[in-house]
Amino acid sequence: MDQSVVIEHPELLAALRRVLPAGALLTMAEDTQPYECDGLTLIRQRPMAVALPVTEGQVAEVLHLCRAFGVPVVPRGAGTGLAGSALPHAGGVLLSLARFNRILAVDGPARTATVQPGVRNLAISEAAAPLGMYYAPDPSSQIACTIGGNVAENSGGVHCLKYGLTLHNVLRVRGYTMAGEAVEFGGLALDAPGLDLLPLVIGSEGMLAVTTEVTVRLVPKPQLARCIMASFADVADAGDAVAALIGAGIIPAGLEMMDQAATRLVEPFANAGYDLDAAAVLLCESDGTPEEVDDEILRMTDVLRGARATRIQVSRDEAERLLFWAGRKNAFPAAGRAAPAYYCTDGTIPRKHIGTMLRSIQDMERRYGLACPNVFHAGDGNLHPLVLFDDADPDSVARAEAFGAEILEESVRLGGTVTGEHGVGMEKLNQMCSQFDEPSLAAFRGVKRAFDPDGLLNPGKVVPTLHRCAEYGRMRVKAGNLPFPELPRF
Amino acid sequence: MDVFVAQCIDRVREAAARGSALRIRGGGTKDFYGNLPVGERLDTRPYAGIVSYDPSELVVTVRAGTPLAELESLLASQGQMLAFEPPHFGAGATVGGCVAAGLAGPRRASSGTTHGSVRDFLLGASLLDGRARVLRFGGTVMKNVAGYDVTRALAASMGFLGLILEVSLKVLPRPRAERTLRFEFDEFAALARLNAWAGEPLPLSASCWEAGVLHLRLAGAMPAVDAAARRLGGEAADAQAAEGFWRAMREQESAFFSGGAPLWRFALPSTAQPLGLEGGSCIEWGGAQRWQRTDLAADVLRTRAASLGGHATLFRGGARESGVFTPLSPALLAIHHRLKDEFDPARVFNPGRLVPGL
Repeated sequence: MDQSVVIEHPELLAALRRVLPAGALLTMAEDTQPYECDGLTLIRQRPMAVALPVTEGQVAEVLHLCRAFGVPVVPRGAGTGLAGSALPHAGGVLLSLARFNRILAVDGPARTATVQPGVRNLAISEAAAPLGMYYAPDPSSQIACTIGGNVAENSGGVHCLKYGLTLHNVLRVRGYTMAGEAVEFGGLALDAPGLDLLPLVIGSEGMLAVTTEVTVRLVPKPQLARCIMASFADVADAGDAVAALIGAGIIPAGLEMMDQAATRLVEPFANAGYDLDAAAVLLCESDGTPEEVDDEILRMTDVLRGARATRIQVSRDEAERLLFWAGRKNAFPAAGRAAPAYYCTDGTIPRKHIGTMLRSIQDMERRYGLACPNVFHAGDGNLHPLVLFDDADPDSVARAEAFGAEILEESVRLGGTVTGEHGVGMEKLNQMCSQFDEPSLAAFRGVKRAFDPDGLLNPGKVVPTLHRCAEYGRMRVKAGNLPFPELPRF
Repeated sequence: MDVFVAQCIDRVREAAARGSALRIRGGGTKDFYGNLPVGERLDTRPYAGIVSYDPSELVVTVRAGTPLAELESLLASQGQMLAFEPPHFGAGATVGGCVAAGLAGPRRASSGTTHGSVRDFLLGASLLDGRARVLRFGGTVMKNVAGYDVTRALAASMGFLGLILEVSLKVLPRPRAERTLRFEFDEFAALARLNAWAGEPLPLSASCWEAGVLHLRLAGAMPAVDAAARRLGGEAADAQAAEGFWRAMREQESAFFSGGAPLWRFALPSTAQPLGLEGGSCIEWGGAQRWQRTDLAADVLRTRAASLGGHATLFRGGARESGVFTPLSPALLAIHHRLKDEFDPARVFNPGRLVPGL
């Protein structure tokens, strides 16, 4: 994509200037440049303008005007998304919710917090901490990512096996449709009349409504958490151990796996004490009351021993528990240090296929000539392979993209999904054609029209066009049913 | 293609061409619920059976006409359960009806791992819509954000978008221990206690207050249940009696539900003050669901519910023809209208059952 091309619309810009406060409309290239991509840096595009409204009234006005002029709007939070959901439109307005950054209410007795979308995920837990509560979903980017973005992506984290995704922890979303009309999804009760539209809006990647207020559930902070670090001589054994834990009726608070390449990548960075001789390391956490945790740690230890763990270490105190997690949580920065660039994908597969998937990835490493350490949310089968590449070398970039695409195709083949928590955005449009048949994709387009009849809110993301899927189908057939490594993918 | 599905496709096409309606029905145990059903009956029961079940994946995929009791006994044989503890309201309840009605039982508002609504545990579905398309959404994995989450919008949809053919549900291990405690509290004190306890890390799995008595169910690891019981006090109920108590609550078989006046369901923030209506409420879900038998007019009850931050549904009996659910805001109604146009333009499936006129 040629990012120099920006479509101008002086009439709209003049109208926007009238409704927005001074400094809340950016149009100069040097001002809009920082918004040219989100966490998916492979695709960039400057928007025509960036609007930074402060009030709901201004959001409504921006939407009204853009709709009247037929100009697309792309909402954006902190821009930490990894799939390009917040990629600007060349002829569009980027609507930043960054200034909606107030915590409106923390209601202790009701266990809820009502916040503006620009509030950071971690800031909610910090505000609830004095009440002994927190907001459970904890994506790795929680220091920076905003709740508005979490709602857009239905973000997960390392504890969602036990505590659920964003969807399970949000009661109410207030927002505006592209028509500039205020609308509330869900409510302060546990359900609301009519169709439950909350699950459509949560995870819609900013394509159905612009979020201006969110009410989340707060949960009591567990009294205690302890973590087991278990080593395995074979990744298949580690995969079996995951199934054995679940089969024994245990739902760990967190269950994460790292392969040897990953532990060797992060250990120098985190000094977490990972067993670097192990083919795979599992982190298995228990939380709750001290009685509950003692009981569960014993049971987990038994199951892991029975599942051929070669070494088991239980965190003795909170500092050691955090150290065990430090490596896992810093896997991305460590990858950034080990290679000029890395590309993280997000397929999810049934847990029983973890071993198969890891073998396929090893085979791909050889074929594409790129290393790929694996960290993943083993408890829910959500993979985060980190393809290491050189972004200064176009051939390396093309191979990395093709590698990522093949992992996603393999996820679909194994009965999984192309995205567990990062979203489709621009990144996985092609693979959506593999995961869904045309009638189901057509139904998604129908959902989009029902919320946004003119197709102006974040257009072109998530749901591929019929034409795109036809092209992708032809490309895959030509390449012998595998993505063609030489073709540029975006 | 399966014969039943092929027949349904033909019936949808015929109904759309003739401008007639189809009324989706499994065991008919929820005929009483929702706006008045209309249209020619489409019996889902021939489409039955467990498609796949792998206990270590915590997922079961099942056809909509499968008896709910059959699914629950299969899960129980592996020490697992449907974590939303659905009411059956009769022997013939099917999985499809359970999902379409979207009703959850006492475990709905439990703490910890279970968030408890039908929607929360729905992972995938296939749907025959009013355009006679067989659509597939979601899947069998816990985390899946590919495309809009139409699957979860099917819970409590009352057939609005079409005929649910198959669903994949997340299941959970049965708790290793359960205990029911009994307390005597007035309504204000019970609500205050329930909300305070819910803010503490306690293994609560159900609550019910009625006529001065609060029942509280704890569930989890034995040491955790023991510790919580010591901490909370109250009087421990006999295990078998407790099981019967919670079953009767789930199935609305207790004395409270046997009266003659219309039964209203209030969904409110758990901290909302008592309804203060004659006859008294039965309170579940830590205060978030309240039942009331009353002859008072719908608009009076809806106004009261709205002033408390929630909504009221005419659950059983009364004047169903004037609409049992709280009317939608104009903005939401417009979205419902367009969604119905997209999925069922000829208004074949369950017209008016969820939203009057749609």
